[in-house]
Amino acid sequence: MTDQVMDAPSALRRPEGDRSGRARLAILLCAAMLVVIAIGSLGWGASDASALGVVLDMVTGGADSVPARDRIIVWDIRLPRVILGMLIGASLAVSGAVMQGLFRNPLADPGLVGVSAGAGLGAIGIIVLGAGVLAPVSAAFGIYALPFAAFLGGLATTLILYRVATRRGQTSVATMLLAGIALGALAGAASGLLVYVADDRQLRDLTFWNLGSLAGATWTKIAAAGPIIALSLVASPFLARGLNGLSLGETTAHHLGIPVQRLKNVAIVMVAAAVGASVAVSGGIGFVGIVVPHLLRLAIGPDHRYLLPASALLGACLLLVADAVSRTIVAPAELPIGIVTAAVGAPFFLWILLRRRGILDL
Amino acid sequence: MIEATDVSVHIGAKRIVTGADFQAAPGEFVSIVGPNGSGKTTFLRALSGDLGYEGEIAIGGRDMKRMKPWQLASIRAVLPQAATLAFPFTVREVVKLGLTAGRSGVLPGEDERLPERALAKVDLEGFAGRLYQELSGGEQQRVQLARVLCQVWAPVLDGAPRYLILDEPVSSLDIKHQLVIMNIARDFARRGGGAIAILHDLNLAAMYSDRIYVMHRGRIAATGTPTDVLRDDLIARVFECDLRVNELPPSGVPYLLPQSVARTAG
Repeated sequence: MTDQVMDAPSALRRPEGDRSGRARLAILLCAAMLVVIAIGSLGWGASDASALGVVLDMVTGGADSVPARDRIIVWDIRLPRVILGMLIGASLAVSGAVMQGLFRNPLADPGLVGVSAGAGLGAIGIIVLGAGVLAPVSAAFGIYALPFAAFLGGLATTLILYRVATRRGQTSVATMLLAGIALGALAGAASGLLVYVADDRQLRDLTFWNLGSLAGATWTKIAAAGPIIALSLVASPFLARGLNGLSLGETTAHHLGIPVQRLKNVAIVMVAAAVGASVAVSGGIGFVGIVVPHLLRLAIGPDHRYLLPASALLGACLLLVADAVSRTIVAPAELPIGIVTAAVGAPFFLWILLRRRGILDL
Repeated sequence: MIEATDVSVHIGAKRIVTGADFQAAPGEFVSIVGPNGSGKTTFLRALSGDLGYEGEIAIGGRDMKRMKPWQLASIRAVLPQAATLAFPFTVREVVKLGLTAGRSGVLPGEDERLPERALAKVDLEGFAGRLYQELSGGEQQRVQLARVLCQVWAPVLDGAPRYLILDEPVSSLDIKHQLVIMNIARDFARRGGGAIAILHDLNLAAMYSDRIYVMHRGRIAATGTPTDVLRDDLIARVFECDLRVNELPPSGVPYLLPQSVARTAG
């Protein structure tokens, strides 16, 4: 026992087995890292516009010392992109962590189990049918029609998935993953049908949307998806205690005084909203939701009170870095960011599977 | 007092428990015994508030159906038969989950030391930093008991007695730890709380219980002190086992030895 005490890396004196000090430190580190990466992303791009120069110019009020072109590049191109990147990275990572807590399984991820595909179907539905059958929806919701439709698609998928994979409070991993494949395929087929009937202009919209990219980041997109994502992120810490209890199973969570049914309802709506809003503005960006929480659990443990905020921060960092890579690796062209996250995330997922091969043998 | 009146429980279309009357008073260790499939666990789950039921169950004079999960959690803690854990929590983190219910009954600030004290009670000192998933089944069960103890640390809180509900608490334990756990439960009752346990070991039930309920085919077949209940004819009828009940000389506690059956069979 004594050697374990000696091993404790942190100078903070905490009882053995209490990782909260390390977790708080990790959250601070992630936050600091995010600030650095965000500032870096503002200053980094194809143009040599200096973010610092533009900001200084704003602060000092010297209206003419910086070219107007640089101001536009920083304020209207880079800044929205950085903000959207942070929002989506945080949203995907937190959705992954919440879903994993809900399904009591570290392999649940909105992208893997068809929730993103369901949200995508909703989004495609609005893009293709928004001027026709669904015109009243588009008219009623304005810029929110796309995220709202994606939310409904994601919600429907999550609900079906939960119904199929969970019996008497126990979720079967194999059933969940297989049901996710089936639901993803179904959503894909319906999406394909919609693409088939789309006209040329819609096809162009779809292609850009589907690539999974932050390239088209605008203040309008932030206005459409930002509030929904922000609300989900703010709501997530309130699920933390419940998800901790749920990791002992639904019955025990109930014994601990957790209103299990309400917790599940809120978690499902939260995941669907966050994933729906993200997919609506950035298409399919995969694997963030599985990579980030998994790494963090290795570092700070699975306590959701720390895991959720840390996931938000690290997810935001990861997406900004992936975006920087996607912008520069084939410069002056741009690689869709979904390709970058998949190229990193898919091998990572295989690695997790190899480490925990046992859990699929159910 | 936990009091069940004419309680029946269905799972699906099948009736598992029929018309059970049951009482567990503060200060009492009450055990439920019975053969496999007699409805013990189902009845206990109804008492814990996990299953719907017909009839009435009251805790501290309040109808359980009208109580919110957190209200129930503040007056009773439940030890499951086995608990799997989805994520790699440390032992201390698991035990601390017992404090989620929020009213351990110790002074504010003392909560932080409670996991260590609970672990010491179940003879797992020094285990706090281990990963729960890497422990043996018996160790995991004791960690769960430490968690349950954290939830209702004070047997009496604000003048109201609290309850430990234990589903086969010693099923995967060695003899030493069976006694450790049984002593904890009895001590909890001595200090004014109530303890209800499903037990398979009739000798342990006889040693520790103030009262025993015998379940048979979904009904309460008998209730009373160990001496009242553990009789040759009842054992033969309920467990379908021809066992002789003996008495331990000084106190008269009944005990059974399986050898008598082995001998007749041989």
